[in-house]
Amino acid sequence: MMRKEKKFQLKLPIETANLEIVREFVARIAQNMGFSEENIHRIELAVDEASTNVIRHAYKGAASNAKFLTVEVTTHADRLEIDVIDAGKGFDPDQVKTPEMDVYLKKMKRGGLGLYLIKTLMDKVEYKIKPGKKNRVRMIKYIVT
Amino acid sequence: MEKFEVYRKDVEDVRILNIQGFLDAHTAPNFENELQKLIKENSFKIIVNLDGLQYISSAGLGVFMGVIEDIRNNGGDLKICCAAPKVFKVFDLLGFPSLYEFYDSEEKAISNFSDKKK
Repeated sequence: MMRKEKKFQLKLPIETANLEIVREFVARIAQNMGFSEENIHRIELAVDEASTNVIRHAYKGAASNAKFLTVEVTTHADRLEIDVIDAGKGFDPDQVKTPEMDVYLKKMKRGGLGLYLIKTLMDKVEYKIKPGKKNRVRMIKYIVT
Repeated sequence: MEKFEVYRKDVEDVRILNIQGFLDAHTAPNFENELQKLIKENSFKIIVNLDGLQYISSAGLGVFMGVIEDIRNNGGDLKICCAAPKVFKVFDLLGFPSLYEFYDSEEKAISNFSDKKK
C-alpha cells in the first residue's frame, strides 16, 4: 500500500508525438496505485485531453522558444492528483462552457470537447490561470476501495 | 512507438477504412487524410471499422465530426463498426450514438448500405 505522498514530474516540448509518453507516464503510476483498468483509461484520456489543449492552444501566437508542457503527478493514499502545466496565454475556465452535446453534435462542431471530457472522466478539476507565467489544470481521481 | 494504421477495403460501392492502434491528436491528421481521399473521389458510402483500434481521444472524434456533414450532403453516410467497449465508451460519453450508426459487425454495416440501395 502506498501511504506516503510521492511526486513525479515530466517536462516535454509541445509536440503531439509526446502524447503517447504522457499517457504511458500517468498510466504506469495509476497502475502502481492499484486503479482499475477502466479508471486507468479514464485518467490517461483526461491527461491526454489536457495535454492536447496545451499543445494545440496554449502557445498560439507566442514567439518564445520555451514552449513546454509539464505534467506533475502526486500520489496520495486516497487519490491521484495530476497537474498539467504550461506557461502560455492561459484561458478563462468560466468561458469554456459545458457543451450541450445534442446541440453541439447537430452543429457538427469539432474540437472543444476536451475540457468536457476531462470533467466527465475525473472526480475533480481545478484551474489556476496566470497567463504567460503558469497555467495549471489539476485533475483528481480518488481510489475507491 | 505506438502505431496507427489505416487499411482500405472496397466492397462494391462501399469503402471500408479499418483503423488500428492509437487515434489521438498526433495520428488524427493521418486518418483525416484517408477520409478526405474518399470524399475527393466521390465515395460517400463509408464504414470505419474500429476492430483494431485500442485508443481514441477527442481529437480522433473530431475527425468523424469534421467529415460527416460533407458525406451526408452528398447522399452518403459514415457508419462505424466493431468498436471495443473501451473505445465505444468515449463515443458514448460524447453522445455520438445519437448521430452516427454503430454496428457490431462489418457485414451488418455493409448490408445496411445495400438495403437502402434497393
